[in-house]
Amino acid sequence: MILQCAVLFAFMALGEFVVYFTGVPIPSSIVGMILLAVALKLRIVREMWVNKISDFLVKNLGFFFVPAGVGVMNCFGLISEQWLPIAGASVVSTFLIIAFTGRIHQLIRKLGSHRNELYRE
Amino acid sequence: MNFIENEIFLLSLTFAVFLASRMLQRRTGLVFLNPILVSIVVLIAFLSFSGVSYGTYSDSCRYIDFWLKPAVVALGVPLYRQLEAIKKQILPLLLAELAGCVVGIVSVVLVAELLGASREVVMSLAPKAVTTPIAIEISSAMGGIPALTASVVICTGIFGGMAGFRMVKMSHIKSPIATGISLGTAAHAVGTSAAMEKGYRYGAFSSLGLTLNGLFTALLAPFILSLMGYSA
Repeated sequence: MILQCAVLFAFMALGEFVVYFTGVPIPSSIVGMILLAVALKLRIVREMWVNKISDFLVKNLGFFFVPAGVGVMNCFGLISEQWLPIAGASVVSTFLIIAFTGRIHQLIRKLGSHRNELYRE
Repeated sequence: MNFIENEIFLLSLTFAVFLASRMLQRRTGLVFLNPILVSIVVLIAFLSFSGVSYGTYSDSCRYIDFWLKPAVVALGVPLYRQLEAIKKQILPLLLAELAGCVVGIVSVVLVAELLGASREVVMSLAPKAVTTPIAIEISSAMGGIPALTASVVICTGIFGGMAGFRMVKMSHIKSPIATGISLGTAAHAVGTSAAMEKGYRYGAFSSLGLTLNGLFTALLAPFILSLMGYSA
């Protein structure tokens, strides 16, 4: 488990390092995620070094959002003043994102499906 | 000092409330009893009635918050496991993501304007589909309210996690890959955790969706918003 933590934290640190020195406007955790996937692909890191901790964290991702979610109580005033636009816009837009992203992906896959059978999984 | 302000107590309480909420959903099987949502509601109720301040609570829970970053880094593993599939369809994935990103920003701004939101609320909502750090960055650069953005991002995630699969069905999306990226694009890491529960493949593509939408939004949001008449 120590090895698992060490590898994961190393990539978190690497993400911080890249953001610090390049100033890219991307969160260090996302940079770390991409670097970890690349390092696994290039066999710099073996999957068995990080699989346990990452499977654990990924499986319980939702839980880590609870304390931050409780922070909604700080915005109750503003939310109760403008709840309709806030809720309405979020719901409509979430639906549209899902519909557009998924449908366009399916459409393009279908157009190219004579070249590739991967669509039929 | 009051015992209910003890940080280990508040930390244990958060775990206990989440466990109980999860059990509640497993027993009842009701989608709207999402454990994240139920936990947040119960904890807010607890804080309001006990008079413990949010500051005290969030200080105690920094040990939980801390794991958000490593958990996002850990998404690199499912991403790696699907790398071959991603490579084979890089173009459809990128185009779908680009559409999702633009549609997301434009629609949330238009609907919010239509329903009479103030300018700073519109700017707080604009980046609501992406992961919190990116969303807050954009929101504060455009004159939004970061605290409101953080709340809306989490609520959107929970909503996407709860209703996402139904929306996928309504949109006649069938492939697991399209389902996964849609959820990640619309509802970032919280949507991804819902996708993970459905199946590993869904989850992996959902983490790709949250990554790509995060990147596209970071790069394009200021540009799209200025085209819509909002300057930084």
